[in-house]
Amino acid sequence: MNSEFRERQPIGVKNLSKHGHTTWLPPVRKIKQQISTDPTLTPEYTHILGIPEFTRRATQLALGKDSPAIVESRVFGIQTVGCTGAVRLGAELLRSCYCSSSSWTHVFISLSFLEDSLAGTFKAAGIEDVQYYRYWDAESNGVCVENMLYDLENAPEQCVVVLFASGHRPTGAELSQEDWKRVAEVMKRQLFAFFLMSAQGLCSGSLEQDAWPVRHCVSLGLELLCAQSFSHNFGLYGERVGHLLCVLKQNLLAVQSQAEKLVQTLWSCPPMEGARVVATVLSNPAHLESVKAIAERCMLIRERLRERLRLLGGPWQWDHIIKPGGLYCCFGLNTQQVDFLVQKKHIYLLPNGCLNVSAINSRNLDYVAESIHQALSSKR
Amino acid sequence: MSIFGEVPQADPVAVFKLTADFREDQNPSKVNLGVGAYRTDEGQPWVLPVVRKVEKMIADDHSLNHEYLPILGLPEFRSSSSKIALGEDSPAIKDNRVGAVQCLGGTGALKIGAEFLRRWYNGTDNTKTPVYVSAPTWENHNAVFSNAGFEDIRPYKYWDAGKRGLDLQGFLGDLESAPDHSIFVLHACAHNPTGTDPTQDQWKQIAVVMKRKSLFAFFDSAYQGFASGNLDKDAWAVRYFVSQGFELFCAQSFSKNFGLYNERVGNLTVVAKDQDNLNRVLSQMEKIVRITWSNPPSQGARLVAITLNTPELFAEWKDNVKTMADRVLLMRAQLKEKLKALGTPGTWEHITEQIGMFSFTGLNPKQVEYLVKEKHIYLMASGRINMCGLTTKNIDYVAESIHEAVTTVQ
Repeated sequence: MNSEFRERQPIGVKNLSKHGHTTWLPPVRKIKQQISTDPTLTPEYTHILGIPEFTRRATQLALGKDSPAIVESRVFGIQTVGCTGAVRLGAELLRSCYCSSSSWTHVFISLSFLEDSLAGTFKAAGIEDVQYYRYWDAESNGVCVENMLYDLENAPEQCVVVLFASGHRPTGAELSQEDWKRVAEVMKRQLFAFFLMSAQGLCSGSLEQDAWPVRHCVSLGLELLCAQSFSHNFGLYGERVGHLLCVLKQNLLAVQSQAEKLVQTLWSCPPMEGARVVATVLSNPAHLESVKAIAERCMLIRERLRERLRLLGGPWQWDHIIKPGGLYCCFGLNTQQVDFLVQKKHIYLLPNGCLNVSAINSRNLDYVAESIHQALSSKR
Repeated sequence: MSIFGEVPQADPVAVFKLTADFREDQNPSKVNLGVGAYRTDEGQPWVLPVVRKVEKMIADDHSLNHEYLPILGLPEFRSSSSKIALGEDSPAIKDNRVGAVQCLGGTGALKIGAEFLRRWYNGTDNTKTPVYVSAPTWENHNAVFSNAGFEDIRPYKYWDAGKRGLDLQGFLGDLESAPDHSIFVLHACAHNPTGTDPTQDQWKQIAVVMKRKSLFAFFDSAYQGFASGNLDKDAWAVRYFVSQGFELFCAQSFSKNFGLYNERVGNLTVVAKDQDNLNRVLSQMEKIVRITWSNPPSQGARLVAITLNTPELFAEWKDNVKTMADRVLLMRAQLKEKLKALGTPGTWEHITEQIGMFSFTGLNPKQVEYLVKEKHIYLMASGRINMCGLTTKNIDYVAESIHEAVTTVQ
């Protein structure tokens, strides 16, 4: 065994460049340098709900500038501490606002084999009753939309449903636009949509296309929350740049005032640096081209991985590797197979054989493909 | 029909409303003595020179990676921040029983500490455990603990309006009558909003009762260095409690003493009986952080860590802090002098006896209203003023206005 491959191969969570490091979007360094030398910027507390320029741009990014919700002033945004912060705040807002008027108690999350921090976040906010809808189907290595629709149709009315726009974590599996239309119809029957959009632009390469599920629901007149992350698509992991989008039918100012109260009990006001960078990037369309490059690289890796696995032979199908876009991909490996990869091949991946394709590069592609092939062949 | 149709409008946060009103005011003599942020003599926010320097270093450093910080935060930030609170030579640090969690400002540190205590302090459900906060206190203390699940939040006597000082007997009395194992939120120095701290001797008396009744000390330290100009002096109370064998939390904020308000730089220092207990506490705090903000922002913590760990930068920072503290002390002295020279009725010694950013002037709500409406001087309804809002240019106007308020409004 070539000793070079004894190095750890982490294939977990973050978007990595071809050299295996997390990387900023190209304009970010220059913008950060500008910020550090700008004499007009003051260190004052940001507004409780965040930098207005950032929330405005993040809202436009998600919904599109001409969104009816924006035009009708039925939407507001809150800068949060990463996507987790957005989910936590959204959960707290639902618990304090939604509870008061209805007999609702539940939140529905997709059945997932990732560690349960998503459920834990809702529970910490006081929403104890977390239930699951079926999503990933091991047989087809993709989403079984019939199962999902069945579970949602049979969910109690007025429960909150967590939906994944721009790629599901950790499987990467996504719904087609036709599937989303069917989901949205079901949501209309008094289910509340809480979207997680953690990698807008990285799935299809198009910011608009990745946000389509959210925009479609808004066009149907639904109220919703959407937690956005700028970690993956901007490489700003350590800066914790998140956004909670709130689309309502009415009573905007009152809900906004309640959100302010909740932010005060969590972090008072959000950190400035990362949001300032994002606001600057979003104000210049040219900068956004680099997001597309990340998506294209991920797609290229998927194709090369599929090709490599196909050439290694065996009875397995590999089309599901290239079907979704974005960072994640799932092989449906069992526990022994995952153990084998971790212990014997030093390939660290997520449970069930989900992995982050951006961690695969020209140096480790062959090794990873061969190892997966080995895992599937020897330990069925 | 909106599912949010019944949501009531919440009251605005008083101190931010004050600043908003100030901003809208067109009067050229207006003065903002409301929000707690430092201002220069020109009335401007101040980016500390050392901060400017280190910011640039960070922006130009191509070797820095952009990864998520660990859940508990940047290690070198956590350890150097705890050293600032407890002292370089702290025996507790030497015994490896001090740990920390990097948090989103002082608020975040209080939040994580509160969430932990509610789950694990005295048994596994502390929703009914009394939490005591000083009367008065920072207005957000109540909300943070209440939102963390504590149902019984009570005031402890603190401010004596009659003598304009600490009500020690009342404080000690409330400590005695508190149920054992209650949680007490203590201001490490520069009490907000009164600016009145216990003396060392008074702290000793407080500690004796707290020890005897197993009351939990949760220090809130937002002004270290800013109060007296000396970091060690401002940390005396926390260090004394540690020396008396208390296990305690200390929520530290670097907003004021680094001027990093909007980067949300905070640290929750944990002092435990031994390393084993410490490790278990931190492991549970990690789980709490994970479902709150996952991991903390890197910019501010990196800046503070570099500064604290580089001798020349550390010295420069202490100097910058002293600059701020000295300006506040100067304004205190001058305000008192001017009020005495004007012959304003009452005693004004408390202006220089109080410490830190804030002064509880003792003005009543009617007098405060007069100042806001007639003189365009914005201060909190409690009579709290931020000394940083005073400058050599506006101090005469403020002194004269206070004089008018006291003599014409009852």
